[in-house]
Amino acid sequence: MQVREMTCIRCPLGCALKAVTEEDGNITVTGNTCNRGADYARNELTNPRRMVTSTVRIKGRKGQMVPVKTAEDIPKGKIMECMEALRQVEVALPVKIGDVLVKDIAGTGVDIVATNHAE
Amino acid sequence: MRQVDIAIVGGGPAGLAAAVAAVTAGTPDVLILERDNKLGGILNQCIHNGFGLHTFQEELTGPEYAARFIDMAKELQIPYELDTMVLSIASGEEGRKVLTLMNRRDGLFYVEAKAVILAMGCRERPRGALNIPGYRPAGIYCAGTAQRYVNMEGRMPGREVVILGSGDIGLIMARRMTLEGAKVKVVAELMPYSGGLKRNIVQCLDDYGIPLKLSHTVVDIDGKDRVRGVTLAQVDENLKPVSGTEEYISCDTLLLSCGLIPENELSTGLGVALNRVTGGPFVNESLETNVSGVFACGNVLHVHDLVDYVSEEAKKAGEKAAAYVQKSGGQAASQDMTNMSKIAAEVSVTAKDGVRYTVPSTIRPGCMDDAQIIRFRVGQVYRNAHVSVYFDDKRVMKLKKPVLAPGEMEQVKIKKADILAQEGLSTITIKIEA
Repeated sequence: MQVREMTCIRCPLGCALKAVTEEDGNITVTGNTCNRGADYARNELTNPRRMVTSTVRIKGRKGQMVPVKTAEDIPKGKIMECMEALRQVEVALPVKIGDVLVKDIAGTGVDIVATNHAE
Repeated sequence: MRQVDIAIVGGGPAGLAAAVAAVTAGTPDVLILERDNKLGGILNQCIHNGFGLHTFQEELTGPEYAARFIDMAKELQIPYELDTMVLSIASGEEGRKVLTLMNRRDGLFYVEAKAVILAMGCRERPRGALNIPGYRPAGIYCAGTAQRYVNMEGRMPGREVVILGSGDIGLIMARRMTLEGAKVKVVAELMPYSGGLKRNIVQCLDDYGIPLKLSHTVVDIDGKDRVRGVTLAQVDENLKPVSGTEEYISCDTLLLSCGLIPENELSTGLGVALNRVTGGPFVNESLETNVSGVFACGNVLHVHDLVDYVSEEAKKAGEKAAAYVQKSGGQAASQDMTNMSKIAAEVSVTAKDGVRYTVPSTIRPGCMDDAQIIRFRVGQVYRNAHVSVYFDDKRVMKLKKPVLAPGEMEQVKIKKADILAQEGLSTITIKIEA
């Protein structure tokens, strides 16, 4: 039986979670206020994932960036690869919120979408 | 002179939510005044996620959250002026307010308003207010300034970074600089606890192996033209540096995340009384200041952790300002005191025993909604403590809290029916008890 204590990051409440892994691999989570917390704790033990938020450059516009995010969480280990790929990206205007700017970033199967308008 | 019902100073999250609420409440003649070249305020540079879970039941980034409110404002055809600076607000005739403004198109001009909503937000505490010895080399930035450079302008302030202060902006910037290829060597915090949200310590520092040194501060900055390094030292319980604990850390950048200060120069010019603890106006249940017809919401009132609560608070300010305009045409609101002969016209709300302040600081039972949220912060970290609410000497609420921390705003909800049931009530007290 393994016990791990962690702080949930799914929302600003920051619940103190306790995840107990039984011999049979069953994971019991306590301390969570909602289901997102239980999911978070299970993922942290098996496949920790994070949303990545960053910016990309705009063609022909110096000093102006478009903010972006991964459309879903990606594996934690892929974050730096994702950032490296984003550094190579330059987008053309106009950009609208939700536009897919990069498909399948860093082989994660997850797209990069714009999080603000730019024109 | 241009006449409006409600002038809203600031087009950030507070100003937008207040405008939308005022128009929805039946006062369409509002005007948002924004000094930046777009609406959205600080959210435009807060590109990280974590916004909106409360308001929209989904997780958004700052710009996405702002866009929801900007879309609502545009849908309602709410007028706004960009690149426009409010220089002063003065009392005019019959309770109206006169705003002096400036922009490139119109030069200096005036707007007269029946009501004003203050939504100017806050500013960062700068180096000059921190008393750190040393030269004044390049490479020292407030964390929020660095955030604007990196996220909006695509410029990196430096490559080797030390962050002083563990407020949320400092934590968020520790991660952001790391993602952009900088080396964040340490986050130093003067207090024995972090001023930021727990989740930000996990996802911004722990995820990237960035050390957080509590009870540490910067005692010297090395470098004349550019920062070359800083000296950290541990502090004792009086927050004084302990001799012999100094440690030199080489870096080219020092980011400061040492607190936010509500931006109330306009308010004081108008005679609005400020609370020394929050740096924001004293307000009643309607978020109205001591100057009749002047309301305040968002970070100009008290610094929030969550924009969702700013929106909620601003909605109320917008509704109450609309009611003020509709009811009185600019005269002070009259209380509905029907069946309330045994109730004081105004009940004071006070903070005691570990509670640093409350918003609001007075409640007029005749003007309050069915339930009133009182927001507050505590002065230190408490574990397994209780938040207690007293009506005069009688305890009416005792809420168990596993953890209370200065970095996390708390709230209690008071029912109007309970206030009316307490004959002769004069003071509501919020305190921390074992």
